[in-house]
Amino acid sequence: MSLTLLRSEDRKPAPSVSKAAVIPLAVPHRPLSARLLPVLRGAATTGVPPLVTLVLILLVWQMLTAQPGATLPSPTQIWAESRDLIVAPFFDYGSQDIGLGWRVLVSLQRVGVGFGLAAVAGVLIGTLIGQSLWAMRGLDPVFQVLRTVPPLAWLPLSLAAFRDSHPSAIFVIFITSIWPVIINTAVGIRNIPQDYRNVAAVLRLNSLEFFWRIMIPSAAPYIFTGLRIGIGLSWLAIVAAEMLTGGVGIGFFIWDAWNSSRLPDIVVALLYIGVVGFLLDRLVALAGRIATRGTASA
Amino acid sequence: MKRSYLKLDHIDKAFPRAGGATEVLRDVDLAIEKGEFVSIIGHSGCGKSTLLNIVAGLTPATRGAVLLEDREVNSPGPDRAVVFQNHSLLPWLTAYENVRLAVDKVFSGVKSKAERHDWTMRNLDLVQMGHARDKRPAEISGGMKQRVGIARALAMEPKVLLLDEPFGALDALTRAHLQDQVMQIHAGLANTVIMITHDVDEAVLLSDRIVMMTNGPAAHVGEVLEVPLARPRRRIEVATDPTYLRCREAVLRFLYERHRYVEAA
Ligand SMILES: Nc1ncnc2c1ncn2[C@@H]1O[C@H](COP(=O)(O)OP(=O)(O)OP(=O)(O)O)[C@@H](O)[C@H]1O
Ligand SMILES: [Mg+2]
Repeated sequence: MSLTLLRSEDRKPAPSVSKAAVIPLAVPHRPLSARLLPVLRGAATTGVPPLVTLVLILLVWQMLTAQPGATLPSPTQIWAESRDLIVAPFFDYGSQDIGLGWRVLVSLQRVGVGFGLAAVAGVLIGTLIGQSLWAMRGLDPVFQVLRTVPPLAWLPLSLAAFRDSHPSAIFVIFITSIWPVIINTAVGIRNIPQDYRNVAAVLRLNSLEFFWRIMIPSAAPYIFTGLRIGIGLSWLAIVAAEMLTGGVGIGFFIWDAWNSSRLPDIVVALLYIGVVGFLLDRLVALAGRIATRGTASA
Repeated sequence: MKRSYLKLDHIDKAFPRAGGATEVLRDVDLAIEKGEFVSIIGHSGCGKSTLLNIVAGLTPATRGAVLLEDREVNSPGPDRAVVFQNHSLLPWLTAYENVRLAVDKVFSGVKSKAERHDWTMRNLDLVQMGHARDKRPAEISGGMKQRVGIARALAMEPKVLLLDEPFGALDALTRAHLQDQVMQIHAGLANTVIMITHDVDEAVLLSDRIVMMTNGPAAHVGEVLEVPLARPRRRIEVATDPTYLRCREAVLRFLYERHRYVEAA
């Protein structure tokens, strides 16, 4: 809409330019187009390449899977068989016949609990560790090893400990996402400039004030890096955990679709997972940018 | 013996180091009166910041003590407010919030909320930074940052104001402007001030006494010079004053003839 508006305005002065003394007329038009053009150009440069890529991927995919005997569904087949899942995320026809939007929400709720706990515990533990060089030296190798344990490897232990699938799934998310939060927070605390500590000392801030007024804001860029890695890991973990623990989450849906050979549904579910994971990452990044306005630029 | 307001009593400082210790200060002895403006001048690396940090309580002295009103001080506190060499404002707080944090902390039980706000604004206005109260340190110039740092220190109503090369990183014009402001504030509030500098003119213009430090390692007070210039001092008038020129020459002689800066290997 704005594009057509811009064009009609651009055209207007054109005939009058040929006459004399129309320079003042042209002036008010310039700021609008000058303001709109960069916006449009920005939208085009960020929006067009992904669109082109998407179309290309769909074309190649269609070509590879269109011939008879192909093992995977083609885009047209997915559209034909799973259209209701794509166009209606929030239908509800009974216990296991619900839209993928609902399933994602259930999974997000689990991630919210598990990752929320990991964030709070991770920042607190990281703060404690970051204050002591020896704790850092002693614990860092342990964390670096535990950090690499894949989410699913925690599941049997977790099931054995909790004897219930729901807390087990949450625990797996917690234990997967806590390490980067701890490690990054500890590094952030270690890197608090001596100047800030001096200011706190002259003001005689007590330890609680020091924590809230100096430590957290100063380490915030590091903390948010940890949180961003953590949320990505927890989204990886939820799908894996739900495949095994059941329920109504998006992970279980994939498992269920596989068991009943509904390959197109799986592809749609993958898209949901990818998009939601992307949005989660952006959400934490945005929260980080807002929270570290001052620190990052200093 | 007459007792001084602030006394640095035979202070030694050595930093431990692998296989021994680096002796930075040896037997620094100094007495400062209430309301006095004292500059400490010396070559880079001689231990001026270390000495100031000992007075502030941020670094413990290896031997000797700092006495303020006859009481030993060995931990930091708002009675000895510091303006740090590199402003040290908290970048996530606005100018107002930086000063307010200090005001809230020092006057929490004494002043009401409204009074604390007024006091914060009064100190920002004192350094003419009231207009930029809502700016963050990253959004203001170096001179403005230093002014907010001074406002923060003044707002604590310190017994002693410690300035560590407060104008070191500023251009000459801004520096002159801030020097005038500091003189005005000192005239108005009669604070006791210790200022570190390595600018000879700054030292002579602002100080009642100039403490000249020898080169490190193991630096000590080489000479103390009285500056008997009447106040208020105006930089233009004073520039041709014979007393001023004599003091200036004395400091220059100390720094560049008797204790020339030797590049550490
Ligand atoms: N924490 C420390 N550990 C070991 N040595 C230190 C420490 N702090 C300072 N020093 C040493 O003490 C000496 C004096 O340092 P200081 O910062 O006090 O110098 P300065 O006179 O303030 O110099 P400048 O004018 O450059 O600010 C230097 O040689 C420095 O290397
Ligand atoms: Mg210094």
